[in-house]
Amino acid sequence: MTDHTLIPGKSRRPFFLRRGPMEMLAVALIALGFLMLFQPFALVLYTYSFITLLAGTLMFTIVSKFPE
Amino acid sequence: MTASHDTFSDKMADAAIRATPEPLAARVRGLSDRAIAWLFIAPTIVLLLAINIFPLFWAIYLSFTNFRANRPNAVVQNVGLGNYSRILNDPDIWASMQTTAHFVFWTIVLQTLIGFTLAYLIDRKFRGHAFWTTLILIPMMLSPAVVGNFWRFLYEPQIGLFAYAVSFVSGIPTSDIQMLGNVHLAPWAIIIVDTWMWTPYVMLICLAGLRSIPDYIYEAAEVDRASPWRQFWSITVPMALPFIMLAVLFRGIENFKMFDMVNLLTGGGPGSTTEVASIALKRDAFEAWATGRSSAFAIVLFVAVFGLANIYVKALNKVKQR
Repeated sequence: MTDHTLIPGKSRRPFFLRRGPMEMLAVALIALGFLMLFQPFALVLYTYSFITLLAGTLMFTIVSKFPE
Repeated sequence: MTASHDTFSDKMADAAIRATPEPLAARVRGLSDRAIAWLFIAPTIVLLLAINIFPLFWAIYLSFTNFRANRPNAVVQNVGLGNYSRILNDPDIWASMQTTAHFVFWTIVLQTLIGFTLAYLIDRKFRGHAFWTTLILIPMMLSPAVVGNFWRFLYEPQIGLFAYAVSFVSGIPTSDIQMLGNVHLAPWAIIIVDTWMWTPYVMLICLAGLRSIPDYIYEAAEVDRASPWRQFWSITVPMALPFIMLAVLFRGIENFKMFDMVNLLTGGGPGSTTEVASIALKRDAFEAWATGRSSAFAIVLFVAVFGLANIYVKALNKVKQR
Protein backbone atom coordinates (compact mmCIF):
# COMPACT_ATOMS: atom_id res chain seq x y z
CA MET A 1 0.00 0.00 0.00
CA THR A 2 2.77 2.36 0.92
CA ASP A 3 4.46 1.69 -2.43
CA HIS A 4 1.50 3.13 -4.33
CA THR A 5 1.19 6.32 -2.28
CA LEU A 6 2.32 9.41 -4.20
CA ILE A 7 4.50 11.76 -2.22
CA PRO A 8 3.51 15.37 -3.12
CA GLY A 9 6.23 17.27 -5.03
CA LYS A 10 8.23 14.13 -5.73
CA SER A 11 8.25 12.74 -9.30
CA ARG A 12 8.55 9.00 -9.86
CA ARG A 13 10.24 9.53 -13.25
CA PRO A 14 14.00 8.97 -13.42
CA PHE A 15 16.16 12.10 -13.69
CA PHE A 16 16.88 11.73 -17.40
CA LEU A 17 13.16 11.63 -18.23
CA ARG A 18 12.22 14.73 -16.25
CA ARG A 19 11.64 17.77 -18.46
CA GLY A 20 12.72 20.56 -16.07
CA PRO A 21 16.25 19.46 -15.17
CA MET A 22 16.99 18.01 -18.60
CA GLU A 23 15.88 21.22 -20.29
CA MET A 24 18.15 23.18 -17.96
CA LEU A 25 21.03 20.87 -18.83
CA ALA A 26 20.37 21.32 -22.56
CA VAL A 27 20.22 25.10 -22.19
CA ALA A 28 23.51 25.03 -20.24
CA LEU A 29 25.14 22.97 -23.02
CA ILE A 30 23.90 25.34 -25.73
CA ALA A 31 25.11 28.40 -23.81
CA LEU A 32 28.49 26.75 -23.17
CA GLY A 33 28.84 25.73 -26.84
CA PHE A 34 27.90 29.21 -27.98
CA LEU A 35 30.49 30.84 -25.74
CA MET A 36 33.12 28.31 -26.86
CA LEU A 37 32.35 29.07 -30.53
CA PHE A 38 32.83 32.82 -30.23
CA GLN A 39 35.50 33.11 -27.50
CA PRO A 40 38.91 34.51 -28.51
CA PHE A 41 41.08 32.63 -25.97
CA ALA A 42 41.72 28.99 -26.99
CA LEU A 43 41.43 27.22 -30.35
CA VAL A 44 40.75 23.91 -28.59
CA LEU A 45 37.55 25.35 -27.06
CA TYR A 46 36.49 26.49 -30.53
CA THR A 47 37.19 22.99 -31.90
CA TYR A 48 34.87 21.34 -29.39
CA SER A 49 32.22 24.07 -29.51
CA PHE A 50 30.19 22.56 -32.35
CA ILE A 51 29.77 19.15 -30.77
CA THR A 52 28.72 20.82 -27.49
CA LEU A 53 26.23 23.03 -29.31
CA LEU A 54 24.86 20.16 -31.35
CA ALA A 55 24.44 17.95 -28.28
CA GLY A 56 22.64 20.75 -26.43
CA THR A 57 20.38 21.61 -29.37
CA LEU A 58 19.39 18.00 -30.08
CA MET A 59 18.83 17.37 -26.39
CA PHE A 60 16.67 20.50 -26.10
CA THR A 61 14.61 19.50 -29.13
CA ILE A 62 13.95 16.06 -27.62
CA VAL A 63 13.42 16.92 -23.94
CA SER A 64 11.12 19.87 -24.68
CA LYS A 65 8.61 17.25 -25.92
CA PHE A 66 8.56 15.51 -22.52
CA PRO A 67 5.42 16.06 -20.42
CA GLU A 68 5.73 18.61 -17.59
CA MET B 1 -23.76 44.45 -41.34
CA THR B 2 -23.33 40.79 -40.40
CA ALA B 3 -26.47 39.79 -42.27
CA SER B 4 -25.34 41.55 -45.45
CA HIS B 5 -21.89 40.02 -45.02
CA ASP B 6 -23.47 36.55 -44.71
CA THR B 7 -25.57 37.17 -47.81
CA PHE B 8 -22.45 38.21 -49.70
CA SER B 9 -20.57 35.09 -48.53
CA ASP B 10 -23.50 32.88 -49.53
CA LYS B 11 -23.61 34.50 -52.98
CA MET B 12 -19.88 33.96 -53.41
CA ALA B 13 -20.18 30.32 -52.30
CA ASP B 14 -23.06 29.78 -54.75
CA ALA B 15 -21.01 31.34 -57.55
CA ALA B 16 -18.04 29.10 -56.69
CA ILE B 17 -20.28 26.00 -56.67
CA ARG B 18 -21.77 26.90 -60.05
CA ALA B 19 -18.32 27.62 -61.52
CA THR B 20 -16.85 24.27 -60.40
CA PRO B 21 -16.95 21.69 -63.23
CA GLU B 22 -19.31 18.81 -62.39
CA PRO B 23 -16.68 15.99 -62.43
CA LEU B 24 -14.42 17.96 -60.02
CA ALA B 25 -17.39 18.90 -57.83
CA ALA B 26 -18.37 15.23 -57.59
CA ARG B 27 -14.86 14.31 -56.51
CA VAL B 28 -14.61 17.12 -53.93
CA ARG B 29 -18.04 16.19 -52.49
CA GLY B 30 -16.59 12.81 -51.60
CA LEU B 31 -13.72 14.33 -49.56
CA SER B 32 -13.80 14.94 -45.82
CA ASP B 33 -13.28 18.46 -44.37
CA ARG B 34 -9.83 17.40 -43.22
CA ALA B 35 -8.87 16.20 -46.68
CA ILE B 36 -10.08 19.47 -48.23
CA ALA B 37 -8.07 21.43 -45.65
CA TRP B 38 -4.98 19.43 -46.59
CA LEU B 39 -5.71 20.06 -50.24
CA PHE B 40 -5.67 23.82 -49.63
CA ILE B 41 -2.43 23.88 -47.64
CA ALA B 42 -0.62 21.34 -49.80
CA PRO B 43 0.81 23.92 -52.29
CA THR B 44 2.30 25.94 -49.41
CA ILE B 45 3.80 22.83 -47.81
CA VAL B 46 5.27 21.68 -51.14
CA LEU B 47 6.78 25.15 -51.69
CA LEU B 48 8.18 25.19 -48.14
CA LEU B 49 9.70 21.75 -48.58
CA ALA B 50 11.19 22.72 -51.93
CA ILE B 51 12.78 26.05 -50.96
CA ASN B 52 13.53 25.58 -47.24
CA ILE B 53 13.69 21.98 -46.10
CA PHE B 54 15.23 20.36 -49.17
CA PRO B 55 18.19 22.80 -49.41
CA LEU B 56 18.87 22.29 -45.69
CA PHE B 57 19.07 18.50 -46.03
CA TRP B 58 21.02 18.86 -49.29
CA ALA B 59 23.55 21.11 -47.51
CA ILE B 60 23.84 18.55 -44.69
CA TYR B 61 24.54 15.85 -47.30
CA LEU B 62 27.10 18.03 -49.15
CA SER B 63 28.88 18.84 -45.87
CA PHE B 64 30.07 15.22 -45.73
CA THR B 65 31.42 15.24 -49.31
CA ASN B 66 34.20 16.87 -51.35
CA PHE B 67 31.70 18.29 -53.87
CA ARG B 68 32.85 21.39 -55.77
CA ALA B 69 30.19 23.44 -57.56
CA ASN B 70 32.64 24.48 -60.30
CA ARG B 71 33.31 20.80 -61.14
CA PRO B 72 29.83 19.30 -61.36
CA ASN B 73 31.00 16.28 -63.35
CA ALA B 74 33.79 15.27 -60.96
CA VAL B 75 33.28 12.18 -58.79
CA VAL B 76 31.82 13.13 -55.43
CA GLN B 77 33.49 11.31 -52.55
CA ASN B 78 32.37 10.95 -48.98
CA VAL B 79 34.89 12.59 -46.65
CA GLY B 80 33.08 11.82 -43.40
CA LEU B 81 33.66 14.48 -40.77
CA GLY B 82 36.71 15.86 -42.63
CA ASN B 83 35.05 19.15 -43.61
CA TYR B 84 33.84 19.75 -40.04
CA SER B 85 37.31 18.96 -38.71
CA ARG B 86 38.91 21.50 -41.09
CA ILE B 87 36.35 24.20 -40.28
CA LEU B 88 36.71 23.70 -36.53
CA ASN B 89 40.53 23.74 -36.60
CA ASP B 90 40.99 26.68 -38.96
CA PRO B 91 42.35 29.79 -37.14
CA ASP B 92 41.06 32.09 -39.93
CA ILE B 93 37.49 30.86 -39.55
CA TRP B 94 37.86 31.11 -35.77
CA ALA B 95 38.91 34.77 -36.26
CA SER B 96 35.85 35.38 -38.47
CA MET B 97 33.65 34.00 -35.67
CA GLN B 98 35.17 36.51 -33.25
CA THR B 99 34.59 39.33 -35.73
CA THR B 100 30.96 38.21 -36.03
CA ALA B 101 30.58 38.09 -32.23
CA HIS B 102 32.03 41.63 -31.91
CA PHE B 103 29.71 42.94 -34.60
CA VAL B 104 26.58 41.21 -33.23
CA PHE B 105 27.26 42.22 -29.61
CA TRP B 106 27.81 45.93 -30.26
CA THR B 107 25.02 46.33 -32.82
CA ILE B 108 22.52 44.71 -30.45
CA VAL B 109 23.65 46.79 -27.46
CA LEU B 110 23.54 50.07 -29.38
CA GLN B 111 20.31 49.33 -31.26
CA THR B 112 18.49 48.23 -28.11
CA LEU B 113 19.62 51.22 -26.04
CA ILE B 114 18.99 53.85 -28.73
CA GLY B 115 15.83 52.13 -30.03
CA PHE B 116 14.24 51.89 -26.58
CA THR B 117 15.19 55.50 -25.74
CA LEU B 118 13.66 56.75 -29.01
CA ALA B 119 10.51 54.69 -28.42
CA TYR B 120 10.22 56.08 -24.88
CA LEU B 121 10.51 59.64 -26.19
CA ILE B 122 8.10 59.10 -29.11
CA ASP B 123 5.59 57.52 -26.70
CA ARG B 124 5.36 60.87 -24.84
CA LYS B 125 3.01 61.95 -27.67
CA PHE B 126 4.44 65.46 -28.07
CA ARG B 127 3.42 67.85 -30.85
CA GLY B 128 4.49 66.40 -34.23
CA HIS B 129 5.40 62.97 -32.87
CA ALA B 130 3.84 61.24 -35.92
CA PHE B 131 6.08 63.25 -38.25
CA TRP B 132 9.20 62.36 -36.24
CA THR B 133 8.20 58.67 -36.13
CA THR B 134 7.96 58.61 -39.93
CA LEU B 135 11.27 60.43 -40.29
CA ILE B 136 13.06 58.03 -37.92
CA LEU B 137 11.65 55.01 -39.79
CA ILE B 138 13.07 56.04 -43.18
CA PRO B 139 16.49 54.27 -42.88
CA MET B 140 14.76 50.97 -42.20
CA MET B 141 12.79 51.24 -45.46
CA LEU B 142 15.89 51.66 -47.63
CA SER B 143 17.58 48.83 -49.44
CA PRO B 144 20.85 47.64 -47.81
CA ALA B 145 22.54 48.05 -51.21
CA VAL B 146 21.56 51.73 -51.31
CA VAL B 147 22.57 52.27 -47.67
CA GLY B 148 25.93 50.55 -48.21
CA ASN B 149 26.71 52.65 -51.26
CA PHE B 150 25.78 56.03 -49.86
CA TRP B 151 27.57 55.37 -46.55
CA ARG B 152 30.68 54.60 -48.58
CA PHE B 153 30.42 58.12 -49.98
CA LEU B 154 29.74 59.55 -46.52
CA TYR B 155 32.85 57.80 -45.18
CA GLU B 156 35.09 59.10 -48.02
CA PRO B 157 38.03 60.87 -46.33
CA GLN B 158 38.24 63.69 -48.91
CA ILE B 159 34.65 64.40 -49.91
CA GLY B 160 32.58 62.52 -47.29
CA LEU B 161 30.20 64.37 -44.99
CA PHE B 162 31.00 62.02 -42.06
CA ALA B 163 34.72 62.78 -42.22
CA TYR B 164 33.94 66.49 -42.54
CA ALA B 165 31.62 66.43 -39.49
CA VAL B 166 34.15 64.53 -37.35
CA SER B 167 36.91 66.87 -38.49
CA PHE B 168 34.74 69.91 -37.69
CA VAL B 169 34.11 68.66 -34.13
CA SER B 170 37.51 67.13 -33.31
CA GLY B 171 39.91 69.20 -35.39
CA ILE B 172 41.50 66.06 -36.92
CA PRO B 173 42.27 66.56 -40.65
CA THR B 174 39.70 64.84 -42.90
CA SER B 175 42.44 62.87 -44.69
CA ASP B 176 43.24 61.12 -41.37
CA ILE B 177 39.65 59.93 -40.86
CA GLN B 178 39.84 56.68 -42.85
CA MET B 179 36.75 54.93 -41.51
CA LEU B 180 36.84 52.08 -44.03
CA GLY B 181 40.60 51.87 -44.52
CA ASN B 182 41.74 51.80 -40.91
CA VAL B 183 41.91 48.36 -39.24
CA HIS B 184 40.66 49.76 -35.91
CA LEU B 185 37.88 51.94 -37.34
CA ALA B 186 36.48 49.68 -40.09
CA PRO B 187 34.56 47.31 -37.73
CA TRP B 188 33.03 50.36 -36.03
CA ALA B 189 32.15 51.91 -39.39
CA ILE B 190 29.97 48.86 -40.13
CA ILE B 191 28.48 48.89 -36.62
CA ILE B 192 27.53 52.57 -37.06
CA VAL B 193 25.80 51.91 -40.41
CA ASP B 194 23.91 48.87 -39.13
CA THR B 195 22.84 50.78 -36.02
CA TRP B 196 21.72 53.73 -38.14
CA MET B 197 19.69 51.47 -40.41
CA TRP B 198 18.10 49.07 -37.92
CA THR B 199 17.56 51.11 -34.74
CA PRO B 200 14.16 52.28 -36.12
CA TYR B 201 13.09 48.63 -36.33
CA VAL B 202 13.94 48.07 -32.65
CA MET B 203 12.23 51.37 -31.84
CA LEU B 204 9.06 50.25 -33.60
CA ILE B 205 8.87 46.98 -31.63
CA CYS B 206 9.63 48.78 -28.33
CA LEU B 207 6.98 51.39 -29.16
CA ALA B 208 4.41 48.61 -29.62
CA GLY B 209 5.43 47.30 -26.18
CA LEU B 210 5.17 50.71 -24.53
CA ARG B 211 1.77 51.42 -26.14
CA SER B 212 0.45 48.08 -24.83
CA ILE B 213 0.91 49.17 -21.18
CA PRO B 214 -2.49 50.30 -19.86
CA ASP B 215 -2.65 53.86 -18.47
CA TYR B 216 -4.45 52.74 -15.30
CA ILE B 217 -1.27 51.05 -14.06
CA TYR B 218 0.56 54.37 -14.12
CA GLU B 219 -2.46 56.08 -12.53
CA ALA B 220 -2.46 53.51 -9.72
CA ALA B 221 1.31 54.04 -9.26
CA GLU B 222 0.77 57.80 -9.06
CA VAL B 223 -1.92 57.30 -6.43
CA ASP B 224 0.68 55.29 -4.49
CA ARG B 225 3.06 58.25 -4.97
CA ALA B 226 5.62 56.25 -6.96
CA SER B 227 8.28 58.50 -8.51
CA PRO B 228 8.69 58.58 -12.33
CA TRP B 229 12.01 56.75 -11.86
CA ARG B 230 10.28 53.98 -9.85
CA GLN B 231 7.46 53.80 -12.41
CA PHE B 232 10.01 53.39 -15.18
CA TRP B 233 11.87 50.51 -13.51
CA SER B 234 8.84 48.78 -11.93
CA ILE B 235 6.22 49.19 -14.69
CA THR B 236 7.65 50.34 -18.02
CA VAL B 237 10.74 48.11 -18.26
CA PRO B 238 9.19 44.82 -16.99
CA MET B 239 6.09 45.21 -19.17
CA ALA B 240 8.02 46.15 -22.28
CA LEU B 241 10.66 43.43 -21.69
CA PRO B 242 9.05 40.69 -23.87
CA PHE B 243 8.99 43.14 -26.78
CA ILE B 244 12.60 44.21 -26.19
CA MET B 245 13.64 40.55 -26.07
CA LEU B 246 11.78 39.88 -29.31
CA ALA B 247 13.59 42.77 -30.99
CA VAL B 248 16.95 41.46 -29.70
CA LEU B 249 16.12 37.96 -31.02
CA PHE B 250 15.20 39.25 -34.48
CA ARG B 251 18.22 41.53 -34.74
CA GLY B 252 20.55 38.88 -33.30
CA ILE B 253 19.54 36.30 -35.89
CA GLU B 254 19.70 38.87 -38.71
CA ASN B 255 23.12 40.14 -37.68
CA PHE B 256 24.60 36.65 -37.49
CA LYS B 257 23.72 36.38 -41.17
CA MET B 258 24.85 39.92 -42.05
CA PHE B 259 26.41 39.90 -45.50
CA ASP B 260 25.20 42.64 -47.86
CA MET B 261 26.25 45.68 -45.84
CA VAL B 262 29.71 44.31 -44.96
CA ASN B 263 30.28 43.22 -48.55
CA LEU B 264 29.38 46.66 -49.90
CA LEU B 265 31.24 48.70 -47.31
CA THR B 266 34.52 46.85 -46.83
CA GLY B 267 34.24 43.46 -48.55
CA GLY B 268 35.80 41.97 -45.40
CA GLY B 269 38.84 44.27 -45.36
CA PRO B 270 41.16 45.94 -44.64
CA GLY B 271 43.01 42.62 -44.41
CA SER B 272 40.41 40.43 -42.79
CA THR B 273 39.43 42.76 -39.94
CA THR B 274 35.77 42.91 -40.98
CA GLU B 275 35.53 39.41 -42.39
CA VAL B 276 32.40 38.20 -40.61
CA ALA B 277 31.36 34.55 -40.84
CA SER B 278 29.05 35.08 -43.84
CA ILE B 279 31.83 36.78 -45.84
CA ALA B 280 34.27 33.95 -44.98
CA LEU B 281 31.57 31.48 -46.01
CA LYS B 282 31.02 33.23 -49.35
CA ARG B 283 34.78 33.22 -50.02
CA ASP B 284 34.98 29.53 -49.24
CA ALA B 285 31.94 28.72 -51.38
CA PHE B 286 32.36 31.01 -54.40
CA GLU B 287 36.06 31.94 -54.50
CA ALA B 288 37.72 28.72 -53.28
CA TRP B 289 34.78 26.70 -54.67
CA ALA B 290 34.96 24.31 -51.69
CA THR B 291 31.22 23.66 -51.68
CA GLY B 292 31.36 20.67 -49.32
CA ARG B 293 33.49 22.53 -46.76
CA SER B 294 31.39 25.69 -46.99
CA SER B 295 28.25 23.58 -46.47
CA ALA B 296 29.82 22.27 -43.24
CA PHE B 297 30.55 25.87 -42.24
CA ALA B 298 26.93 26.84 -42.96
CA ILE B 299 25.66 23.96 -40.84
CA VAL B 300 27.88 25.06 -37.92
CA LEU B 301 26.41 28.56 -38.14
CA PHE B 302 22.88 27.18 -38.46
CA VAL B 303 23.23 25.03 -35.33
CA ALA B 304 24.63 28.02 -33.40
CA VAL B 305 21.75 30.31 -34.34
CA PHE B 306 19.13 27.55 -33.91
CA GLY B 307 20.46 26.65 -30.45
CA LEU B 308 20.51 30.27 -29.35
CA ALA B 309 17.01 30.88 -30.70
CA ASN B 310 15.78 27.87 -28.65
CA ILE B 311 17.16 29.31 -25.42
CA TYR B 312 15.84 32.70 -26.29
CA VAL B 313 12.28 31.53 -27.03
CA LYS B 314 12.29 29.65 -23.71
CA ALA B 315 13.39 32.81 -21.88
CA LEU B 316 10.79 34.85 -23.74
CA ASN B 317 8.00 32.46 -22.72
CA LYS B 318 9.15 32.67 -19.10
CA VAL B 319 9.07 36.48 -19.17
CA LYS B 320 5.60 36.48 -20.78
CA GLN B 321 4.25 34.10 -18.11
CA ARG B 322 5.32 36.41 -15.27
